[in-house]
Amino acid sequence: MNKLTYNEIFTKAHENNEGVFIPFIVAGDPSYDTSLEIAKKLVDSGADALEIGFPFSDPVADGVSVQNADIRAFDNGMTVEKCFRYLEQLREYTDKPFGLLLYYNLVYKYGIDAFYKRLNAVGVNAVLIADLPPEEADDVMAASNKYDIEQIFIISQATNTERVKNICEYVSGFIYIASVMGTTGVRDNVENDTTELIKRIRENTDIPLCVGFGISKPEHVKKVLSAGSDGAIVGSALIKIIEENYENEDLMFEKIGEYIGMMKEATKEDS
Amino acid sequence: MKYNGKFGKYGGIYIPELLIPAIEELEEAFYKFKDDEKFIEELEFYLREFAGRPTGLYYAENLSKELGCKIYLKREDMLHTGAHKINNTIGQGLLAKYMGKSQLIAETGAGQHGIATAVIGAKLGLDVKVFMGAKDVERQKLNVFRMELSGAEVIPVEQGSKTLKDSINEAFRYWIPNLETTHYLIGTTMGPHPFPTMVKFFQSVIGKECKRQILELEGRLPDTVIACVGGGSNAMGIFSGFVDDSEVDLIGVEAGGEGLDTDAHGATINKGSDGILHGSLSIILQDRDGQINHTSSVSAGLDYPGVGPEHAYLHSINRAKYVTINNDEALDAFKLLCQTEGIIPALESSHAIAYAVKYAKMKENKGKTIVVNLSGRGDKDMFIVAEELGVKL
Repeated sequence: MNKLTYNEIFTKAHENNEGVFIPFIVAGDPSYDTSLEIAKKLVDSGADALEIGFPFSDPVADGVSVQNADIRAFDNGMTVEKCFRYLEQLREYTDKPFGLLLYYNLVYKYGIDAFYKRLNAVGVNAVLIADLPPEEADDVMAASNKYDIEQIFIISQATNTERVKNICEYVSGFIYIASVMGTTGVRDNVENDTTELIKRIRENTDIPLCVGFGISKPEHVKKVLSAGSDGAIVGSALIKIIEENYENEDLMFEKIGEYIGMMKEATKEDS
Repeated sequence: MKYNGKFGKYGGIYIPELLIPAIEELEEAFYKFKDDEKFIEELEFYLREFAGRPTGLYYAENLSKELGCKIYLKREDMLHTGAHKINNTIGQGLLAKYMGKSQLIAETGAGQHGIATAVIGAKLGLDVKVFMGAKDVERQKLNVFRMELSGAEVIPVEQGSKTLKDSINEAFRYWIPNLETTHYLIGTTMGPHPFPTMVKFFQSVIGKECKRQILELEGRLPDTVIACVGGGSNAMGIFSGFVDDSEVDLIGVEAGGEGLDTDAHGATINKGSDGILHGSLSIILQDRDGQINHTSSVSAGLDYPGVGPEHAYLHSINRAKYVTINNDEALDAFKLLCQTEGIIPALESSHAIAYAVKYAKMKENKGKTIVVNLSGRGDKDMFIVAEELGVKL
């Protein structure tokens, strides 16, 4: 299937006066088939784009929820090869953009050029490598340019202005803003100083901004959109629904559908 | 960052963006204070008066006669808390204090680095949290108690394989939201820049002392320096004194575990391949996909699927050679040193002893002068050794 670009969905969302909503799941959690059905359900329930994680044995930037999702995926036999097949099948189903979130060793071991070539072949839009700062990203940037894959980087409140400038030169697709200092995970509150950070980034680039880390409720989505973000990313809260309900799939899909619908609704101005 | 922290292609800073501010701050502080007169004076004071430096370079006469070589032991086992680990925790503990931090966090496998961190925290008035795999907490209750006696909080890590590598993951995770108050005191020459360089700096006291001592005793450099390698800090410490002397052979000894033909070993350089783990590009034990393997060794200190990036570099340029010793050989060497010299070595250091014995017995090495870094003492290993020997304590 043809794929839409991030640029296209952000532009469309702006025209409709709404924010972009991006859920995150781990490929293969809790199993290959169920996980693929979950991804389709996300798309059908209103997700504008998807973030897909490749499971990793040592996910140092992630909290317990994501690590447990990784472990469930491994227990059910997930491999890098199966992850590629998963993405391929997902692309057959939807034209919405999806990005990968993974750790650098998986890319390095596969071979950087070969990995990006494969990403292009299976229809991936973007990659965020959790443990690869721009300082070490030259080889990856060469491959992402060559194979037309957008390279996403994270910026947090602790990122100084000089680094923000530097990252803006590398990044494409959108910038992932970490709203809190920590690992991924559900939190009660989203920090207030995102507004100031967004202002700082806006001085350097017009690229779309998406806030993630700790977003679990509709009011969090509204808060980050009103702070100037173009979108919101939700991971751990969704993974929790999977974790708590995967033994009763009907109920799980129902809950996922409801949750995604509610979160997408929160991105609309008059909601 | 001021430097890229590369050793050839190895090293670097492969960490989440959220950790960059901590690493930048640390790099700046390290390069500022490592040449600061007051800092160095204080560092030397604690190394001397608190840790017990200098350590001896001991001529193992009985063993030497048995083997037909001259074997010298660098006695890091004589240090406070029982191993070379304290050289590094004093250095980084002081640095944390100079940086105005109020808390130290550390990872630990068997507990040696945890204890060395706990005591320096107590001494310098810094809070200490030690992350330790839940399995290791269970296996090493005595060391947990020792850490707690010095006021450290031991946090069992239930994630992943519940061992050393998971305690490192957890320490990094804890560090991110606590950057302002907390220094992560990494225990070996691994991790993102500046850790490999900084830990080597604090451990290089071993090599400096050793070089001076061997020149005094023998009037010449040794033919060979042998040290065990897990993450590689004791080896890097002693190698650093001789790495520029090309006539000195450097040999690192990895954990052969139950044998290299099994999955139960920690022979990272011998059996691993290039990859990224815990902040740097080095050699790691991984599967086809790049997932990190589990490791195994009778000595917890060598039970790690990575190795410091500078070792990967020294290996790549053939400046140092890396060999393996399996569990049984290490235990035999443990007994041998107890019996010939009356010295109880740590199981980690027993790997270095075991290879020295093997090496000394080779025809071409007859009469050579060999320095072995006796990185730690074996008191901590009594229960494991007793079990291996079938003795009930």
